[in-house]
Amino acid sequence: MKSPRIFVPNDATAIACGADRVAHKLEKGLSARGVTADITRNGSRGLFWLEPLIEVETEKGRVGYGPVTPGDVEELLHAGLLHGGEHPLCVGLVDEIPYLKKQTRLTFARVGIIDPLSLTDYEAHGGYRGLKRALELGPAATVEEVVESGLRGRGGAGFPTGIKWRTVAAAEADQRYIVCNADEGDSGTFADRLIMEADPFCLIEGMTIAGFAVGATRGYVYSRSEYPLSFVVMEKAIEKARAAGLLGKNILGSGHDFDLEMRMGAGAYVCGEETALLESLEGKRGLVRAKPPLPAHKGLFQKPTVINNLVSLATVPVILDKGGSFYRDFGMGRSRGTMPIQLAGNIKYGGLFETAFGISLGELVNDIGGGTASGRPVRAVQAGGPLGAYMPVSQFDTPFDYEAFAAKDALIGHGGIVVFDDTVDMAHMARFAMEFCAHESCGKCTPCRIGSTRGVETLDKVVTGEKREQNLVLLRDLCHTMKLGSLCALGGFTPYPVLSALNHFPEDFGAAPSLPAAAE
Amino acid sequence: MAVYEDWSTERAAQVIGELRHLEGATMPILHALQETFGFVPDPAVPLIAESLNLSRAEVYGVLTFYHDFRREPPGRHVVKLCAAEACQSMGGKALADYAEDKLGVAMGETSTDGAITLEPIYCLGLCACAPSALVDGQLVGRLDPQAIDEMADAFAAGKSFGDA
Repeated sequence: MKSPRIFVPNDATAIACGADRVAHKLEKGLSARGVTADITRNGSRGLFWLEPLIEVETEKGRVGYGPVTPGDVEELLHAGLLHGGEHPLCVGLVDEIPYLKKQTRLTFARVGIIDPLSLTDYEAHGGYRGLKRALELGPAATVEEVVESGLRGRGGAGFPTGIKWRTVAAAEADQRYIVCNADEGDSGTFADRLIMEADPFCLIEGMTIAGFAVGATRGYVYSRSEYPLSFVVMEKAIEKARAAGLLGKNILGSGHDFDLEMRMGAGAYVCGEETALLESLEGKRGLVRAKPPLPAHKGLFQKPTVINNLVSLATVPVILDKGGSFYRDFGMGRSRGTMPIQLAGNIKYGGLFETAFGISLGELVNDIGGGTASGRPVRAVQAGGPLGAYMPVSQFDTPFDYEAFAAKDALIGHGGIVVFDDTVDMAHMARFAMEFCAHESCGKCTPCRIGSTRGVETLDKVVTGEKREQNLVLLRDLCHTMKLGSLCALGGFTPYPVLSALNHFPEDFGAAPSLPAAAE
Repeated sequence: MAVYEDWSTERAAQVIGELRHLEGATMPILHALQETFGFVPDPAVPLIAESLNLSRAEVYGVLTFYHDFRREPPGRHVVKLCAAEACQSMGGKALADYAEDKLGVAMGETSTDGAITLEPIYCLGLCACAPSALVDGQLVGRLDPQAIDEMADAFAAGKSFGDA
């Protein structure tokens, strides 16, 4: 009899919820029964409320069980886990779970399905088709394919990726660099982490394509010390790719060289800003650079540099494989393709939901996410990380789209959505935004460095009722200065969470509750 | 719980020597020194400066810019509790208060007996299983007061959290 294939996830979320202990228990249970089974440690499907989610390959497909605790394993084996047997923890065929079925997984197509470190698995699921097609097309046509796709920077700024590449390709230089911004510091986001831990070759392929397209031979992935596991998985994947001739000299006989290296940040949020990241890579303090010059002209070590968000780079393989127009046909307006939306915080079904742009915020939070984990009413969501606006339920009709969010003084950022129930104190969250900015400011520009600290003090006065009206005027003026006068998005966008909290939830700041009629 | 080597100039010079060829070697070197000794003591600064042909001030500037790098040894156990928004939405603040009380150490400090360091961390990317923590290098999600109790008991018994 063919030994059954069992999957136990090993991404950080699954492990943080006990997946290693579950796998260990499973191994012991199987050997006690004299069963030889192939336990594959896949990445996570991104259905995090179900983690650890054991999957078993059956004739009908992969049957899932979750969330499994080590204590459940014996009972599951007894219930016939190996054959997809019935059990209260059984979630049926994983591919049929509505949360997964409703998604359009382009960038995350392989995530959770394959063994992250198996090149065989990767190639069996479409891996390296993108690079092969790029090599056929040649560098210039590869760049144009990315332009054609309409892909925009997934880190939050939304700058067209292809245009960036064109600029770097056209720049005169003896050395160009590809830098992956994997400094995913936004609370409520884990898309970069999931790619690194569940489909690392996808990022390697994307960066290799970028290198080929713009004529760069060296690349760096700048990740975070908060992602210890991602770093280890990526290093292993890079080694494997190198051994297989997919990194290094003369890749796939193309005559093109490309190699890459992992680098780790050290707990500085501001290094997610591209120029601070470059400074850090150079071995300096993570101080933001004034632009221009743009990194595309003078980036890492003053050389032309493509610096892209990890999700952007990981989307390149599918674009090259299926064509720019295939990707462009998803989405709405100027937001083309799909976005991995990350549902987090106080939410019942937290996880990764990749879908075409255009889905409404309310649909994401209520229909997909199932409302709050606490069961209490949703009061606010913060979209786009610590620099994103707090949006009230009255804005839930907003479609997920760069421009639609911008029109409401909000941003989609890196696609994180953090849900809060009605116990949240919005004045506290506004204060936290200023406090976080003060903690993380690189200190180069005054509005951010000093404004954030003054912001904390002023908010404290507002809340305690000390000259409330005057201090509110002062706070708005301060936010205005920070927004327009800061060198980068840290100081420039901190006003978004602060002002949105103040505008939508004035009652938390010591004002009389706003009348519903006056809300619109 | 991590076990570190005692500071030695020779060992530090060896660690630096292995990495100095890298482009922008300062950060990898600081990480490696901290991994070896648990922190980056002041005598490391001139060693790095000399090796990389930088001024001491430049190296000092880098060392002190990043939140991760320590200039003092950490406690035998290091608990980093996520303090970012997603964990706050799931009661992270109350849990942090509970941890301070239960572990007997204030946030951002090391207990006087050198047993425990308690620190905030800004986002482990475990935002869909909040609140989360990094305990002696191990990721922990769906944290609750009971887990903090187990942590305190394990530390008191000289074990790591999660050891059976």
